[in-house]
Amino acid sequence: MISQDTNLPELWSLIGTATWETAYMVAITVAIGGVLGLGVGLALYATRAGGLFANRVAFTLLNLVVNFFRPIPFVIFIATVQPLARLVVGIGIGNKAIIFAMTLAAMFGIGRIVEQNLVTVDSGVIEAARSMGASRLRILTTVVVPEALGPLILGYTFAFVAIVDMSAIAGAIGAGGLGNFALQYGYRQFDTVVTWTVVLIIVAFVQVGQFLGNTAARRVLRR
Amino acid sequence: MALVELRDVHKTFAPTKRGGAPIEAIRGVDLDVEAGEIHAIVGYSGAGKSTLVRLVNALEQPTSGSVTVDGTRLDQLGERDLRRVRQGIGMIFQQFNLMRSRTVWGNLEFPLRLAGVGDADRQRRISELLHFVGLADKAHAYPEQLSGGQKQRVGIARALATNPSILLADESTSALDPDTTREVLGLLRKVNEELGITIIVITHEMDVVRTLAHRVSVMEQGRIVESGPVIDLFARPREAVTRRFVSTLVEEVPQGAELEALRRQFAGRLIVVDVEGRTSQSDVFAALATRGLSVEVVQGGVNRVGPAVFGHVTLAVRGEGVDDAVAEVGRLEGVEVLA
Repeated sequence: MISQDTNLPELWSLIGTATWETAYMVAITVAIGGVLGLGVGLALYATRAGGLFANRVAFTLLNLVVNFFRPIPFVIFIATVQPLARLVVGIGIGNKAIIFAMTLAAMFGIGRIVEQNLVTVDSGVIEAARSMGASRLRILTTVVVPEALGPLILGYTFAFVAIVDMSAIAGAIGAGGLGNFALQYGYRQFDTVVTWTVVLIIVAFVQVGQFLGNTAARRVLRR
Repeated sequence: MALVELRDVHKTFAPTKRGGAPIEAIRGVDLDVEAGEIHAIVGYSGAGKSTLVRLVNALEQPTSGSVTVDGTRLDQLGERDLRRVRQGIGMIFQQFNLMRSRTVWGNLEFPLRLAGVGDADRQRRISELLHFVGLADKAHAYPEQLSGGQKQRVGIARALATNPSILLADESTSALDPDTTREVLGLLRKVNEELGITIIVITHEMDVVRTLAHRVSVMEQGRIVESGPVIDLFARPREAVTRRFVSTLVEEVPQGAELEALRRQFAGRLIVVDVEGRTSQSDVFAALATRGLSVEVVQGGVNRVGPAVFGHVTLAVRGEGVDDAVAEVGRLEGVEVLA
């Protein structure tokens, strides 16, 4: 079944490069998108009705923006933000541009995840902190986020997997990574061995991330 | 001037639904809480108790009227000043509201950090607090490892951390079993007696009022309908809502169906003796016993609020010459002939 005419043996060094590309695309996206997403999520949480900084106008606007960008399929999203990428990172194609697009998409997605996890924080604990004379900003950073840390870590782990998924179509604008490699050297060359080898590497990559996330969350949640 | 003074306070909340009616939670309340007293606020859910107590630490601002705490008008202060005021008013909650992400130690550290207490003082204060509430061995436990009573004791320690002059207790024992309730009430009394902290306690449990409070205010539909020393309220409730609350603890003089049932069950005559003291019970018993009558306590109860005693006992009296005896005893003050 395994075809004898696979190019796998000659491709190992290219696979190494692709793995590295995926790792850093994903890492930068998780880092920057994660921070920006935390900001978006905190803003959504704080401005919603009954929130610490309840502001209907701000919430409605932010909510609208997030809802506008989130449902756009990523492959189209890349094209949508291409002009913006040229403005911000100076180029509309390649790794830089795909990281920019992924970061932006991750920001909206993570923002929603963060918001959803923060609303589960017991309002009584927030009231207790207010009764002790804590400022609203202080409550947000020293009460709300630590109280939701366990679910937040799981949310970020979920986002990490989604970001790995996004990185697979980086080839659409000429960027590299494992996904592009699998398409280019595996799928389009009818080289099933290469396709599956790369798939397994991606699966392993995701497994490691998921494992780390689960472990950290279990630590924080003490169970 | 009282430590806490509310004058003609109204609080109206915006409707929860668009086009709905605004909610008048507090409708013209005057309240004085003197320094050093334990003041209970009693009422059914929705009476406005929780809103009222949140006006005292400015978690809510009044729609109109004035809230004065320790000579400061809270309704005229900005958020920054209010935060400082709140550090001087502790609050405990029905659901304890401890931070799950922090240990007992971490929970106690939070208000001290807010108040800018330095490292060494913080350590000393936390250990002092833990000893005060009897949880020195639980410093590094997380809230989920504690029982309900222990959690509330942490809540109390946390509320006391910054040496407040007032402690607000919002249904602080309603989630606890009777034993634990007693334990927490004992601790609150210690807070009041040893530290001289004024306590405002919201509750719907009359047992809490009886064992803890000095004065009590009864709320109904956003108003205080009756207010006074606990003993007066128990012994002579004026308003219907107060009578309903008091009757959860104190038996009322039998009437209507209850009286009919007693009549059917016990032969002879029924008399009620008020135990509040004007006629000594022993005079009544002696008068009946010397005539060789049989006396049976069939209903009623004796209640204690602090040193004061009140209540009544219903006696069934039988035997020869019972009518004369009952007529004679019935002339005594505090004795009533029922049947």
